Amino acid sequence: MNFQDWLRADRLPHIYCTGCGNGTVINCTLNAVNQMGWTPEETVFVSGIGCSSRAPGYIITDSLHTTHGRAIPFATGVKLARPDLHVVVFTGDGDLAAIGGNHFIHGCRRNIDLTVICMNNYIYGMTGGQGSPCTPLGAYSTTTPYGCDEAPFDLASLAVAAGANYVSRWTSYHVQELTRAVKAGLETPGFSLIEAVVQCPTGYGRRNKLREAQDMIAWMRDHAVLLKKWRRMDEEGVPHDPATFPVGEFVRRNLPAMGVPK
Amino acid sequence: MQGNTACAEGALAAGCRFYGGYPITPSTEIAEHMARKMPKIGGVFAQMEDELASIASVIGASWTGARAMTATSGPGFSLMMENIGYAVMTETPCVIVDVQRGGPSTGQPTRAAQGDMMQCRFGSHGDMSIIAVSPASVQEMYELTAKAFNLADRYRVPTFVMADEIIGHMRERIAVPDSVEVVPRRPLEKGTLPFAPGEDNVPGFPAFGHGYGVHVTGLTHDDRGYPSSTDPRVHERLVRRLVGKVEGANREIADYEVTNPDAEVVFISYGAPSRSVAQAIRDLDDERVGHLRLKVVWPFPDFALAAFKNARVFLVPELNLGQMVREAARHTAVPVVPISEIGGELHTPRRLITMAEGYL
Repeated sequence: MNFQDWLRADRLPHIYCTGCGNGTVINCTLNAVNQMGWTPEETVFVSGIGCSSRAPGYIITDSLHTTHGRAIPFATGVKLARPDLHVVVFTGDGDLAAIGGNHFIHGCRRNIDLTVICMNNYIYGMTGGQGSPCTPLGAYSTTTPYGCDEAPFDLASLAVAAGANYVSRWTSYHVQELTRAVKAGLETPGFSLIEAVVQCPTGYGRRNKLREAQDMIAWMRDHAVLLKKWRRMDEEGVPHDPATFPVGEFVRRNLPAMGVPK
Repeated sequence: MQGNTACAEGALAAGCRFYGGYPITPSTEIAEHMARKMPKIGGVFAQMEDELASIASVIGASWTGARAMTATSGPGFSLMMENIGYAVMTETPCVIVDVQRGGPSTGQPTRAAQGDMMQCRFGSHGDMSIIAVSPASVQEMYELTAKAFNLADRYRVPTFVMADEIIGHMRERIAVPDSVEVVPRRPLEKGTLPFAPGEDNVPGFPAFGHGYGVHVTGLTHDDRGYPSSTDPRVHERLVRRLVGKVEGANREIADYEVTNPDAEVVFISYGAPSRSVAQAIRDLDDERVGHLRLKVVWPFPDFALAAFKNARVFLVPELNLGQMVREAARHTAVPVVPISEIGGELHTPRRLITMAEGYL
């Protein structure tokens, strides 16, 4: 199979805006799934609510597009009842970290054998660009019109602390790295989080001087710091530019996991 | 056997192999029993992080074809409402046990009530119909829980076991049958659209992992399961079917007992108060006093009221300030009178006898 064979052709065109980064993440994910040699019959995609969560509707496998924030417990039910199925969750920063925050940390703690791909666009895209728990300090959104004054969540570090077996963060600029990370997540038994920072020119970029899709892709290229370098800076006491963020593999380990097929 | 244990045993006998729950008084013994039993029979017990996750895990498990259930009480029941609507919209069979306690809010965790009867019917947003049973004994905790799985699978709708603290914590001797009737979910015929109504408005079930490639969404969807959330005709056709498949089968689903069908004064009851009514009827020993005892509460069997041709008044004892009494009243021209009891104790037979005598 080619990764494009996983797409549900009769559902196209999709609902994503021009310049949206979600399609890149879907392509990377399907590429990784395809490289695993899995069949659509044994693979299930689950999602919550939001732009990212529309992804399973464009994939030919069995798929569960659920309620806002609850994708992980729905997926947990599927996985525990049928551990032989491969269960992949698409979610977003609002879905995962705000309304679904409790399920997120408990999914990590249980280390349930899911691969969770979070498209972090820094805002609520589906409802038109409101601030999310991942909106950077100072950034503008429709509900932070004077600049966001709340600190954002670091999703990758949160997942590491909560017990996930595999965690990495990349962006829609880092297509090869992201694909490899998703594949590593699919291969690792237990809970995997792949955080993919994506551009949302419509809801985020145009309010933050990143109006064109390529503006934000360039911004991600310029502000993503490889984790190795980030940690070296920490060791050397070199301060981080507050606009930068680390990318790379945060953890890959083999803690006891749930729902792993025997 | 305790009522809650009987509930769990009835579920297991019916083939329930997934339990997702969160501890809450007075339902916790159901979870504890499932935690002991499920691993021994190859089933799954999942203690989730809250009730939103409990019902979500149950729905997820159900889509693999498993018979799945959860149990809770008022506060947890309130938390489940959104995903119950999701189960209605996606036609996911599941069983939800509510061992009712006094509310609102935290209320009386260890005291019985029937305050969630309207919530199970109307608690989630949007138009919908569901099925609910209400056991009045430990024996019925076993039997009606088992039956709830058949109803849920037959009509692809969340089915509620609306118990209460008295029945849940009561201990009675019960007869455990060698086996219970299990009517399995009808699978979707290959080549058929997954949400096409079929002749009885209930589509066959396309379980995950069998190559159906079904897309399940809580959005308004067409027969393929694809979102179509702005076309008024698609929405109306879908929601009318979801309601119609239950309401249209009211007579088929109905389950009730009638005492003294020619009576003039008729008690209508469900759940624990039925026991007080039964005692009052025995003590009165008067054919002019009758009893309609509902085992299936929703859909409400409106036609059962008309069968009491000589009825001059219906008396409805409930452990709330009047819920099912309103449903009864809208189906008959005969006066319908509530007999409310809240605080956690049952109506005394004496009180019911006095009420009945007042109308004789």
